[in-house]
Amino acid sequence: MLTIDAKGVYYRDLNSKVRDAVSKGEKEILLKNVNGQYYIGDGLQGDATITVEGVPGNDLAAFMDGPTIIIKANAQDNISNTMNSGKVIVHGNAGDVLGYGMRGGKLHIKGDVGYRVGIHMKGYKKQMPVIIAGGKAGDFFGEYMAGGVLILLNLDGDKNDNRNIVGDYLGTGMHGGTIFIRGDVDKKLCGAEVGVSDLSEEDTKLLTDYLKDYCNDFGLKLDEIMKTPFKKLIPASLRPYGNLYAY
Amino acid sequence: MFKSLATPEFLAKIDTEKCIRCKRCIQNCGWGVYSWGGNNVLIDTFKCVKCLRCYHYCPEEAITIEDNPVRYRNNANWGFYNIRNIKKQAETGGILLTGMGSDMPYPVLFDSLLIDACQVTNPSIDPLREPMELRTYLGKKPARLEFEKGPDGKSKLKTKMPPQIKLDLPFIFAPMSYGSISLNAQKTLAIAAKELGIVMNTGEGGLHEEIYPYRSNIIVQVASGRFGVNPDYLNAGVAVEIKIGQGAKPGIGGHLPGEKIPLDIAKTRMIPVGTDALSPAPQHDIYSIEDLRQLIYAIKEATNYTKPVSVKIAAVHNVAAIASGIVRAGADIVYIDGFRGGTGAAPSTIRDHLGIPIEHAIAAVDERLRQEGIRNEASIIAAGGIRSSADAAKAIALGADACAIGTAALITMGCTVCGKCYTGNCSWGITTQRPELTVRLDPEIFAERLINLIHAWTHELKEILGALGINAVESLRGSRERLRGVGMDAQTLDILGIKPAGR
Repeated sequence: MLTIDAKGVYYRDLNSKVRDAVSKGEKEILLKNVNGQYYIGDGLQGDATITVEGVPGNDLAAFMDGPTIIIKANAQDNISNTMNSGKVIVHGNAGDVLGYGMRGGKLHIKGDVGYRVGIHMKGYKKQMPVIIAGGKAGDFFGEYMAGGVLILLNLDGDKNDNRNIVGDYLGTGMHGGTIFIRGDVDKKLCGAEVGVSDLSEEDTKLLTDYLKDYCNDFGLKLDEIMKTPFKKLIPASLRPYGNLYAY
Repeated sequence: MFKSLATPEFLAKIDTEKCIRCKRCIQNCGWGVYSWGGNNVLIDTFKCVKCLRCYHYCPEEAITIEDNPVRYRNNANWGFYNIRNIKKQAETGGILLTGMGSDMPYPVLFDSLLIDACQVTNPSIDPLREPMELRTYLGKKPARLEFEKGPDGKSKLKTKMPPQIKLDLPFIFAPMSYGSISLNAQKTLAIAAKELGIVMNTGEGGLHEEIYPYRSNIIVQVASGRFGVNPDYLNAGVAVEIKIGQGAKPGIGGHLPGEKIPLDIAKTRMIPVGTDALSPAPQHDIYSIEDLRQLIYAIKEATNYTKPVSVKIAAVHNVAAIASGIVRAGADIVYIDGFRGGTGAAPSTIRDHLGIPIEHAIAAVDERLRQEGIRNEASIIAAGGIRSSADAAKAIALGADACAIGTAALITMGCTVCGKCYTGNCSWGITTQRPELTVRLDPEIFAERLINLIHAWTHELKEILGALGINAVESLRGSRERLRGVGMDAQTLDILGIKPAGR
């Protein structure tokens, strides 16, 4: 295990240290006193595990391809931007535009997420990106979604506040992939391109598989989570804008 | 079926005397104009787009394609297309789509610019017998150079050079994605770029594995749809380009129709077969110059600061201020696409009415960056309507470091600028994914034609430089003193920073 003290270290120097360590074969890296440094794990390949103590800055795990990053606090915007594979675990809340164009791997967030999460996620065969958020989400959840899986759990229910589970414009422009939401979905919040349905047996099996891993990461009970029924959102059409043009 | 009241644009005709019933026209037409009627060829002229594939492949020259002489009644205000488009939209309720650059008769300022030449008082140079330097480096240049003495006592460069793209010629091929054009068309560009010592640009469609071998001649693009982007892709070429906008469709996203998404494209783009590939209008992580900086540096981090990052924008009203922001955000190259630039698909309304011409944009950006003292911080690429070596020379004199060539490259592959790229039926095998059509485009053969074109332009450019009495393209860059305007108003001359002819 390599420990790097990030206190007062410029992001470029910090990330360069991480890259060097990974290229030398380091498998376990602990970053202490992180305070808003950008781009941690950006473009990083391999199978290292990086644990972050403190709040990391934007674009964490952008373009990342393989490693695991565990954040013990909240995280900021643009996590897993165009990420290819690997895993990010956030033991707190996270910000806006998470998983933009994400192509694979997993992003597990214990708490709430901001606006435009999972925008234009993609999937093809084995490359199946998954984002799971334990709390609530802002507007434009799953906008332009083209593939992959987005799961929103609302674990605290309405205990702490009376915000909606998810914001407005849910799945606008969706043309692929699946969104699972625990609880009821107000159709008024959905984009015109979204179809809402109950889960089939196969869906439930798939969802359970994804959630097992999530529960493992945060020490949660799967049975408890599954007690509340989910809704499934898929694109109503593969070509939502197919009739828009005069040829 | 209801017969469309939108009059056909073209009349395809076959001289039955000359026709030998070989059916080649039927095979060659990607649009389904021709079919076999038992003893002669039947024609559905509504489908004809005048791409001239049938004309060229008819062994008897029996085919003619005419502009339909049946027009609506003459009217200086309501032209043929004004009326026809309304009829089409009344029948479909749809947005009018188009391909290629605008065909509207806006003035082309390149055609009102004239280049200087040497007479008596300074000697011209003969490029056939004297060396002429066209090599171009794209990327950030240091503000000053520092030297130090090495251990052997010789001076050596101390300043660390930022990463550069080395081009043997001041040309690059414009971004055209795998999806909008066929793999064979991309291969043609790649082969030619390698042979010419220049680069092609993947556009936003990912990189097919068969293009990977050309890595030293590729710029990879990251756009709002993030198609095909992963760490290997970012490091696959000599530079990475962030696409913000395109001259033909400033401010709107991309929309590759489902007809052009077969299995291979779906795989490269990672979306379901037959869906429309949507590139959102903005990049939703970029709402400001600061956000742009964040993506530029995310890419620099992912490529370990070894590749220049280019930012491509459409030429719009405030292009100079925007370009300044882009340079300050850390871009190494600013790619400016004028409104006449090509596209695989764009709404006609957007293509024909938004943006500004490249001539104004290049002059304004070069001037602004010079005034701010940051011209060395980034190279400028001019794109969108470069039709000849003369256009390229004028763009360079207005301030560009290099010119991007898109439409002209496609024309060498057979394109006749029919403007129907968005249908996926291109009979020349360029803007289609139908295997029976793409197979027509042999990359080896057409790369040779493309190389011929660029060689010809290179010779011409050298002749222009020779006539100007300079022996390096570097000396032409931003040298507006060597340009004069003909028939331009004072304000246009001022914007371009040139004098009228005779001064």
